[in-house]
Amino acid sequence: MAKRRSTADFVLERDDYKCIRCLACVRVCSYGANFYDERENMVFTENRKCVGCHFCEAICPTEAIVVQHNPLAIRWNAHWTSEVVTDIMKQAETGGVLLTSMGNDKPYFTYFDRMVLNASQVTNPSIDPLREPMEIRTFIGKKPLSLELEESEGSVALKTQIAPQLKLEVPIMFSAMSYGSISLNASKSLAKAAQTVGTYFNTGEGGLHKDLKEFGENMIVQCASGRFGVNVDYLNAGAAVEIKIGQGAKPGIGGHLPGEKVTEPISETRMIPVGTDAISPAPHHDIYSIEDLRQLIYAIKEATRYKKPVGVKIAAVHNVAPIASGIVRAGADFVVIDGIRGGTGATPKVTRDNVGIPIELAIAVVDKRLRDEGIRHLASIIVAGGIRKSSDVIKAIALGADAVYIGTAALVALGCHLCQKCYMGKCNWGIATQDPKLVRRLNPEIGARRAANLLRAWALEIKEILGGMGINAIESLRGNRDVLRGVGLQEHELEILGIKPAGEAW
Amino acid sequence: MYFNFTESPVPDRDFRVPSGCGVVGIMHQRRRLFSGETIIKSIALMRERGNGLGGGFAAYGIYPELKEYYAFHMLYDGTLEKKEAEDFLRERFEIVEDEAIPTRRVKEVKERHLLWRYFLLPKEEALIPFESEEDLVVDTVMHINAHIKGAFVMSSGKNMGIFKGVGYPEDIGNFYRLDEYKGYIWLAHNRFPTNSVGWWGGAHPFGLLDWAVVHNGEISSYGTNRRFLESFGYRCTLYTDTEVVAYLVDLFVRRFGYSPRTTAKIFSAPLWQEIERMPSEEKQVYTALRTVYGGALLNGPFAIIVANSEMMMGLNDRVKLRPLVAASMGDFLYIASEESAIRTVCPQPERVWSPKAGEPVIGELVREPEVQKIY
Repeated sequence: MAKRRSTADFVLERDDYKCIRCLACVRVCSYGANFYDERENMVFTENRKCVGCHFCEAICPTEAIVVQHNPLAIRWNAHWTSEVVTDIMKQAETGGVLLTSMGNDKPYFTYFDRMVLNASQVTNPSIDPLREPMEIRTFIGKKPLSLELEESEGSVALKTQIAPQLKLEVPIMFSAMSYGSISLNASKSLAKAAQTVGTYFNTGEGGLHKDLKEFGENMIVQCASGRFGVNVDYLNAGAAVEIKIGQGAKPGIGGHLPGEKVTEPISETRMIPVGTDAISPAPHHDIYSIEDLRQLIYAIKEATRYKKPVGVKIAAVHNVAPIASGIVRAGADFVVIDGIRGGTGATPKVTRDNVGIPIELAIAVVDKRLRDEGIRHLASIIVAGGIRKSSDVIKAIALGADAVYIGTAALVALGCHLCQKCYMGKCNWGIATQDPKLVRRLNPEIGARRAANLLRAWALEIKEILGGMGINAIESLRGNRDVLRGVGLQEHELEILGIKPAGEAW
Repeated sequence: MYFNFTESPVPDRDFRVPSGCGVVGIMHQRRRLFSGETIIKSIALMRERGNGLGGGFAAYGIYPELKEYYAFHMLYDGTLEKKEAEDFLRERFEIVEDEAIPTRRVKEVKERHLLWRYFLLPKEEALIPFESEEDLVVDTVMHINAHIKGAFVMSSGKNMGIFKGVGYPEDIGNFYRLDEYKGYIWLAHNRFPTNSVGWWGGAHPFGLLDWAVVHNGEISSYGTNRRFLESFGYRCTLYTDTEVVAYLVDLFVRRFGYSPRTTAKIFSAPLWQEIERMPSEEKQVYTALRTVYGGALLNGPFAIIVANSEMMMGLNDRVKLRPLVAASMGDFLYIASEESAIRTVCPQPERVWSPKAGEPVIGELVREPEVQKIY
């Protein structure tokens, strides 16, 4: 049969009148999509190579380039979509698993968009955040159920020792992204932004690059199934430790960093030889059950002298509530739940697009379950997986989360255009790549400023909404599902979310 | 004589109703008993703060002869409900005395309920599953309010009682013949619910054990507070903001043994910027209180007066979004929404002040041996 060339997803249109033949687009494209024909003195594009990252469009000095979706890549069909057909063709040719990156892009329901917030009218004055204090400081860690106080004439002394806590000036942290999956400049940008704003970034499972050590006070170190770079110094280098069991983009599977990417500096931080594959097994091979997890939690607590909160990250799956309960009972100080929209550097497409549950439902059931069991105070809940904007943060906290992690949103702030090709390591924006030429494109100072700006902007918006509700401290929003109403949701979904339909009063 | 209450258009038993209000608290700190006329006069002056859909009073020291027993003031829709509640009460308590709460006919008050009071002594065997007598009473109140439809416990403390209903407070006071009672602490409330009809049980004060709370405002943190309380076994069944305040004081003061001042600092927590400036030990305490009891922070505008047999406390929210004035004259402490309400019963107080946001006004009993002889 005739070998069918796969259709281009994108069409790059170049206005020949505007093009000055500077060839910048030719030089910058790491995928080699643009080329120059000297004889014709024309710049052309091989559309099939274009990943739609918009880098050339962004740097073109004369705005001659427009990258567009190919309007009719494949004959239109509601069932056999162009994506489905293209995927089949690729698999027919290669016989392999399809890889992709970033989060699930399928049109699953986003519950955040079906929940609306409340505001004060008449019976309760709204509070103007420009005039009145508006507090969003958050503490992450194990809390006692009650405090023992010693009170005498006018003075109060604390008798209860409180477990170590993370102090967040905004209830938003940067989620785990390893050095390896993202560039050092991207890591530095997030680390510096976390330090500026007073929150935390997460090393991911790639070990700790020496340049990031100075950000220890604003760092959470991760211990995942590959245990890359994990030793006692690493565990003590940050403010908290996170054991990663699962990830929203790929629940139930491990990870694989190909040997070609294990360069000298990566080899140093991951503590593996140059050129060897870095394989993170699907399970931790020392955790086959909940009691094993307890042992690891306490081994890490011993190694860190009980001075750092130890958390556990899991993907939101059907049974998430009882699993989270088990994790809390196993001794975790915080539980991270990553929803079906969670991103990644590389994952099989079939897993990313089909496994897991939406984070909104997971927050609701986990918070309820922990409360029902009377153990909600024993651990903080951090949620991740597709948090796109400040209103998502507010809704997540109202459902019962203590804080959120953002990954994709943070990378977008650094320039990411969601082309979903991180696994190729050719990121034109200098984020998901180790190629020094490309990494250089991301200035960590500018990146830090942009990421910090994003948090600042969201913090302002959160305060605005809180003030509108007549609330001046975020703890009064936490688990306050009364401020949420569902629009267009079915009764059972409302029940799971623990909210009322819009139109119903208190 | 008793109407079927379900005919009412919107019974607020099933909804949380935000309301504006007027509040007054008067206390004699040496337990001198004074008649209910004083507080009726005071609350009546603030008639405009209510809309006739709720008024009520709490009085302490009114049952000196029966002060050993838990006085339950009950509100029934009818005799069937009364029987059901009494059967339940008899399982747990010995009913030492019971009678209809005396009332007089007042044309402004449309009486629809059967009002009854009981003096109860806990049975030994009923105490077994509970840590204390008080826990048995709390559980009994929660059970009746949540599960016996048409029966409602207005108050459940010793030597005190709550009298409330739908109407202007002066008419409610007259209806309950409060001029005939003498107490050393009185609270009063004039309600302005923002819906069409009031339910008698929805009026303030709200009480549990010998706690009584009157409240002007809206607690925007209700959802968070309710969930916080649920983890300590309290069931919020009445959909009033005030309910959470009563349970929270019960939790912190009775169960945890915190002082009213510390409790006030949990409800209206100092701002982080204030905590930053505190000396290190104090900073540690307040940081811990906010970190652990964030779910008990009361947010939104409020002025509340809380009392029990030992003390009376007035408290505003953290930014003082509702009025609250205090005054003292000799052993009398006055707290009210408006200064005029105080001056109408005490024209020249020695001291009048407006408590700052989040700063409690606390009146405690002065303990003197001869004062005990009053009984």
